[in-house]
Amino acid sequence: MTLSPFTIALIGVIGLLGIGFYGLMISRNLIKIVVALQIMVKGALLGLVAAGNANGQIGLGQSMALTVIVADTIVAVMGIALGVQIRRRLGSLDVRDLSSLRG
Amino acid sequence: MLTLLLVAILLIFAIQAIRARALITSALWLAGVSALSSVLFYSYGAHLVAVIELSVGAGLVTVLFVFAINIAGDDAIQAQSVPPWTLVTALVALFVLLLGWFVLGVPVVAPVSPVAEAPLSVILWQARGLDLMVQVVLIFSGVLGLLGLLAEAEAPLKGSMAAEVAARRDREMQTLDSQILQIEDVRK
Repeated sequence: MTLSPFTIALIGVIGLLGIGFYGLMISRNLIKIVVALQIMVKGALLGLVAAGNANGQIGLGQSMALTVIVADTIVAVMGIALGVQIRRRLGSLDVRDLSSLRG
Repeated sequence: MLTLLLVAILLIFAIQAIRARALITSALWLAGVSALSSVLFYSYGAHLVAVIELSVGAGLVTVLFVFAINIAGDDAIQAQSVPPWTLVTALVALFVLLLGWFVLGVPVVAPVSPVAEAPLSVILWQARGLDLMVQVVLIFSGVLGLLGLLAEAEAPLKGSMAAEVAARRDREMQTLDSQILQIEDVRK
């Protein structure tokens, strides 16, 4: 059985999305959560590029991937800045320490 | 075969980025994921995206991560998940199975006739012009948000909020102790 390049890319997409989702579920560190988000976005980018390649519209796939890269970078920068601020204010990066409501 | 090998190494790097205890190690594994994915993009014909991913994903974002970890410190939080492990495993398995069933079952729609695609610049500036406007707005809003956060960081902080709350509690407890001692003295 030979796998086509598109199928190989789809396996990579599923793997990256699954690993990123697992990281989102188990991580309590804010910066680690941003890392998991980045991994998921890499999976989405690979899917866009592979779909563009398979359909013969690689330019369209590239233009969409560019938009995703810009949005992903903004999300990463804002997440890191928020993490640094929370560390300065609360002294911890643990998401469980963020809860200030008691009840 | 080479593509399959690249995807396998990419997945191993991604797993290491999640598994690594130290944040700096995790950021470096993530840079490896970005570099390998840019090689994959190049092999799929997306040359421009490959270059941008290599410079932004493996360069800029990694530098930002290292900068933030230097400021915030490399806290070694034990890898205990907030939800139970069984629930996490079940949810991730369900997610991967559903995604695989949905994605791998979709047939590839091949182009009916080989049509010469317009150059990328034409697609970007004419067909996807609205996307470019959204990107410009995103970049401006990101820069403004970052400036707001960093400007707030310049305000002098006397210490962490948790330490202040603990010190206030200590002072209140000392006051209560002294009041109790005074009442006992009066009774005697």
